[in-house]
Amino acid sequence: MTTLEDGTGVCSKGPGNRERSSLRLQQAFITQNEADSSVTVWQSHLICLNFFKTSSQARRRPCFSLNRKIELYEMGWNLKDGLRECLVAAAPYGGPISLLKGHNRRSPSARPQLEIYSSSGLPLASFPWKSGVVKQLGWTVSDDLLCVQEDGTVLVYDLLGGFKRHFSMGNEVSQSQVLETKIFHSPYGTGVAILTGALRFTLATNIDDIKLRRLPEVPGLQGAPSCWAVLTQDRQSKVLVANGSHLFILDNTACTPVTPPGLSPQASSIVHMCVSFSYKYLALLTDSGHVWMGTSNLKEKLSEVDTKIKTPPKQMAWCRRPKSQQPSAVVMWDGLLIVVGECKETIQYHLDDDSILVPELDGVRIISGTHHELLQEVPGACEEIFKIASMAPGALLLEAHKEYEKESQKADEYLREIKEQSLLSEAVRQCVEAAGHEHEPETQKTLLRAASFGKCFLSNFPPEQFVSMCRDLRVLNAVRDYTVGIPLTHTQFKQMTVQVLIDRLVYRKLYPLAIEICRYLKTPEYQGVSRVLKHWACYKVQQKEESDEVIAKAVSVKLADAAGIFYSEIATKAYESGRTELAIKLLEFEPRSGEQVPLLLKMKKSPLALSKAIESGDTDLVYTVVMYLKNELNRGDFFMMLRNQPVALSLYKQFCKHQEQDTLKDLFNQDDDHEELGNLYVKASYKEQRLEARIALLQSAVDEYYKAKNEFSAKTTEDEMRLLRFQRKLEEEKGELLVGFSLHDTMTTLLSVGLHKHAEQLYKDFRVPDKRFWWLKLKSLAEKEDWEELEKFGKSKKSPIGYLPFVEVCIKHHNKYEAKKYVSKVTPEQKVKAHLAVGDMEGAAEAAIERRNESEISTVLSRCSATTDHLLMERLNRAKATAVKK
Amino acid sequence: MQLPLVGVTVMLERNVLQVYPAAESVVGSLHMAHTEWRDAPELPDFSLLKRLARDQLIFLLEQLPGKKDLFIDADLMSPLDRIANVTILKQHEVDKLYKVELKPIVSSSDQLCFLIRPRIQTVKWISDLVNADKVAGRFRRYKIIFTPQKFYACETVLEEQGVYGDVTTDEWNFYILPLDDDILSLELPEFFRDNFLEGDQRWVTTAGSALHLLQSVYGSFSKVYGIGRCAKMVYESWRELMEEGEQRTRQPEFAKVFLVDRDVDFVTPLCSQVVYEGLVDDLFRIKCGSVEFGPDVTSSDKSIKVMLNSQDKVFSEIRNEHFSNVFGFLSQKAKNLQTAYDKRRGMDIQQMKAFVSDELKGLKQEHRLLSLHIGASESMMKKKTKQDFQELLKTEHSLLEGFEIRECITYIEEHINRQVSMIDSLRLLCLLSITENGLLSKDYRSLKAQYLQSYGIKHLLTFANLRQLGLLEEQQAGETLTVMESKVGKLVNDKTVGKLTDAFSSLAKKSNFRALSKRLALVPKSGEEYDLRVPRDMAYVFSGAYIPLSCKLIEQVLERDGWTGLEEVTRMLNGQEFAVTGGSSSSEARNKTDAQRIVLVMFLGGCTFSEISALRFLGKERGCRFIVVTTAITNSARLLEALLDNHA
Repeated sequence: MTTLEDGTGVCSKGPGNRERSSLRLQQAFITQNEADSSVTVWQSHLICLNFFKTSSQARRRPCFSLNRKIELYEMGWNLKDGLRECLVAAAPYGGPISLLKGHNRRSPSARPQLEIYSSSGLPLASFPWKSGVVKQLGWTVSDDLLCVQEDGTVLVYDLLGGFKRHFSMGNEVSQSQVLETKIFHSPYGTGVAILTGALRFTLATNIDDIKLRRLPEVPGLQGAPSCWAVLTQDRQSKVLVANGSHLFILDNTACTPVTPPGLSPQASSIVHMCVSFSYKYLALLTDSGHVWMGTSNLKEKLSEVDTKIKTPPKQMAWCRRPKSQQPSAVVMWDGLLIVVGECKETIQYHLDDDSILVPELDGVRIISGTHHELLQEVPGACEEIFKIASMAPGALLLEAHKEYEKESQKADEYLREIKEQSLLSEAVRQCVEAAGHEHEPETQKTLLRAASFGKCFLSNFPPEQFVSMCRDLRVLNAVRDYTVGIPLTHTQFKQMTVQVLIDRLVYRKLYPLAIEICRYLKTPEYQGVSRVLKHWACYKVQQKEESDEVIAKAVSVKLADAAGIFYSEIATKAYESGRTELAIKLLEFEPRSGEQVPLLLKMKKSPLALSKAIESGDTDLVYTVVMYLKNELNRGDFFMMLRNQPVALSLYKQFCKHQEQDTLKDLFNQDDDHEELGNLYVKASYKEQRLEARIALLQSAVDEYYKAKNEFSAKTTEDEMRLLRFQRKLEEEKGELLVGFSLHDTMTTLLSVGLHKHAEQLYKDFRVPDKRFWWLKLKSLAEKEDWEELEKFGKSKKSPIGYLPFVEVCIKHHNKYEAKKYVSKVTPEQKVKAHLAVGDMEGAAEAAIERRNESEISTVLSRCSATTDHLLMERLNRAKATAVKK
Repeated sequence: MQLPLVGVTVMLERNVLQVYPAAESVVGSLHMAHTEWRDAPELPDFSLLKRLARDQLIFLLEQLPGKKDLFIDADLMSPLDRIANVTILKQHEVDKLYKVELKPIVSSSDQLCFLIRPRIQTVKWISDLVNADKVAGRFRRYKIIFTPQKFYACETVLEEQGVYGDVTTDEWNFYILPLDDDILSLELPEFFRDNFLEGDQRWVTTAGSALHLLQSVYGSFSKVYGIGRCAKMVYESWRELMEEGEQRTRQPEFAKVFLVDRDVDFVTPLCSQVVYEGLVDDLFRIKCGSVEFGPDVTSSDKSIKVMLNSQDKVFSEIRNEHFSNVFGFLSQKAKNLQTAYDKRRGMDIQQMKAFVSDELKGLKQEHRLLSLHIGASESMMKKKTKQDFQELLKTEHSLLEGFEIRECITYIEEHINRQVSMIDSLRLLCLLSITENGLLSKDYRSLKAQYLQSYGIKHLLTFANLRQLGLLEEQQAGETLTVMESKVGKLVNDKTVGKLTDAFSSLAKKSNFRALSKRLALVPKSGEEYDLRVPRDMAYVFSGAYIPLSCKLIEQVLERDGWTGLEEVTRMLNGQEFAVTGGSSSSEARNKTDAQRIVLVMFLGGCTFSEISALRFLGKERGCRFIVVTTAITNSARLLEALLDNHA
């Protein structure tokens, strides 16, 4: 390995360095300023590399990570004074930048100007600030701008400067005024933390669901704390406060003093602190110029470095990629930037201009008045490949491909070398990964070509990684474009997901690009293209200058074939911007009538809403409309409307049945539905315990039935009233429980207790059919085993039900003797049955043979037992044969 | 080991065999006993649905951490039992279990959870509880879990009663309970009344969601057929769900779906069931796939609950059999069992050991089941002779055939006058009305009057309901269709009669049973012998007297792959038929897979075990299998009880 003894660049060699004079500086580091155009591809990308190796250390681990600074954009804005005297906020993940110039000016004549730019410095919005004094600007996770005012009011703007809403951080804040504010992001959304003039903290974890929490007091706090930060730990947002050299953690309930392990004792005050992007690490800067780095739970110290600068810094941020071994933080003073790591040495950059640091997931962005740069630890794969004289498989593969392009046989040698170690797949993987971390398309291409070249010599190498990397890079290059200005790294992109990226493009109204990306990445339509189109349409309907027709047409043409579009949402937007007619037009395109209803109701188009609801077949929706109408209209109109909609009517009736019986009556009344009214009264009569009330209800039913020209029901109901009166009379006289029985049951009861006269009275009064009466009497007499009376009854006149029932009833009551009395009276057709019933086989056979009926003979035969009725069976069989012949 | 068999056979021969002379020697092999046959397509595993439901329920219970009392709607008890037993509930901190009785409660728990159907009444009761607690100054947490879904009307009640903020609500999307390998039930008996009588379509979306659930778990369908207004709406709601959701292209596990409204065919559920499973349901009421056999069946002093499904080896062989075959089968089985037991004799120790470990348990189990089913059959016989079952069947068959109607009316009259059975009388009246396209005014009034005398005036409401559904109607003057038709029929040819029938039927909603029966040949020609041991068509489920209309429709549509050629039939059924080719354009090559031979039939408003048996038979004949999805298992009694109005 070639050792490069000298390097260009600024490397502060602290006193500790002298001890390790044997340090071998293995890698050149070149700052951006010195990189000249002739440097090879890899050099221009390894802007600043720091690589120390200590021979004295047992663990041969580099104590400083390699860093690189990439220029993202030359800013497109034209700021006179740079960032001086400005409130600046830049959103993470390459989000927009907002500037508020002259925010301290209080005179109304010179209003401060609020400006919003893309990351490349292209203006997105600009307007004079008319509200109160702004203490802090910040961005939410969904690219909304938060402006925290002195009085604790927070104004929310979208990224194009449109005012969205405002909310307050509570009375306490507005009384004691805002001293300092921090806006933070957590898995629960975007939060706001405020330090009030009363030196108390108020915190809201999610501004979309505001729950204000006032944190406990910090003991001994006299003035503003020297520094503080918000932490998210154990699913809770906490505040870490430094008061001099004391450190406290504030949570919902308590203020706990903490001490960072191993903090050098010479420090008398902590002047600055910062928490890493993931909330896992904490860096503290003391007045002695030491940077302490450790875990944010304050359990472990990672390192401590002396910066030798004792003035308080402007900003400090973590600069660390996920899963990296080394801690690394960036501290910024006026004109100076220092990177501190695990070892005593620091790297220093000179800054020409006022800058701000924007911490990112995998690095820090540095925005100045003219430039926009990214400082990050060099990703492993890039390091492996571009390290000077690297023998890593990826580096060899890149070399092999270069030689191949030159048509040199060396290509084969390199390849062999990789293949001999069977590291070709590793080489391809490295090249693909490195390509992902490169910003320059040319470099990306070179690496991908090398990977592709290597892939040719591999069988069974899964192509997914390569293919998806190519896709991702194409998307990334498109959004990194100057005109779009979203400088995402591949790591950030993966963390953020395509969906969110599409959202961001949509917020910026970059609809065509968003659609192209969806199509290119083959995102399922309903969460890709359709979603973008919906946003476009929502935007479109707010354009006041175009006519309803034009917009409706434009929207329908564009959205026609897209799946999963909810026209109702677009229509809602149109309605909200005051275009009711357009909204109705758009609703016509909505295929799901269920989706049209709520909006139609909102627009007070209730008849239309009702019919649409019914069309949808969704009863919940119909109920929604019906209940709405019930409260909205007067009773008469409401009923009229229901009358034209039978489905709604029957639903409402169901509801009334349980909730409002009287309404039901009114409904039927309005329809002149006397039949139903009658039924309603009958039903009510059964719930009524008192007889008089019951009869009264039945009388109402009778009246209704007559009105409905239903004489049958009317008469029957009248009969029932008569029966009820009769029953009560008898109850009073005889003490038999009768009320409520049916006519049949009443007669049964009367007969069973021997009130034959009364039973007969009912028989006559209610025109009970003879048959029924005979059955009744027959049964009740047999029940009482009053055989004498039964015989008399049987002889009283010719039985309308025949005499077979007499036989059967007697048998049922086990009186064969009585049964036999009636057998002779039975009609010829039933003779066989009668004989069989009393068990007279001979008689049955006789009758059957006489009637020459084949099936009857068979019946008798089946009942004969082979042992006892042998002769009889023979006779029957003979008769059967002749009957069959006939 | 004595089996109570001797007495049975005697009774059997005396009572049933007379009616079915062909079944004289039933002991022997049964031809269609087995539900499995060679080359039968594999059915999808529906136990997955249970698992899904259970997991969701557990999730919902855990949303209310801590000990809680659980109140369950009475009609959810049995279905719940099939999903999650008490142990599982206890594991998720359910302290005590109560049945919802709409009465004040005694519970000391601070957390009350209600698992209910979305009924206004129940929600009102809960609101009252909450308000009572408020008055008493008692603080509790309340959670209502609606199943299968929450209705807006219920929330309105909470709002109106002023407890909306005190109660949290959730949905348990328990749409489908698999009752057996091929029976899925929504367990919504009220579907029938709500939808067809009250015109309340709230369950339509539920049925649609159930289909959607099946589709998302088991893959899409290639073709959907349906008939009936409700079927159409269910399909629409299902289609909407399909469009909203993610399109998944999966190998479908069913080929076709057939949706049918109960009101397309009222005749079938009104007939007495004579297939074993149907008969058990008619007599003992199968509830959620299990039946409680009383002391008269178990021949002991306690009742036994038995699960009736394909796991029961004895039952699975007789469930689809005509009742007259069952005894023969059971006695043969008993003999075989005896032989198996008898093997013990003359065994040496080693063989005995093997016997005990390998066979005895199975034999004992079989013995237990066998004696239960024999007991059930015996009990059936007793009941059926007492009410003169034969006469009843004869009347039913006459009505279906349209033969000796006067005698039938006299029989029904006597039936009413003797107060034999409230439901049965009503059933016969309805059958009479449907088959005859309404009753003559004179008959209608006199029968109705007599019925009211027997069972009380409250049945005025029942009659109003029956009329509304077209189950029991009075012929309007000039509309005596059957008379007209038969007269015209003698003069002109069949085709003209058909057209005339159509013209008439367009005048009013009519059952047109006679014409339908002719066109579809539902009633086999009388006089022909029907061997019930070797059924030749689906008519065997009604002793060869009638092919269920619903099943016949399904057969015809599947055969024709659509409704073409059935135009007259559908016109007589008031139209509303549809056939849609599903979203997944399945290639012809797939036709040969098993899935293409599985047909899902959804009955909206309930189906009977007879229909299920008929479909199983049809499946066997056609080399396909049917999966029945129903809103509930029904029979004549349940159907008519749903239309009584004295309980409201």
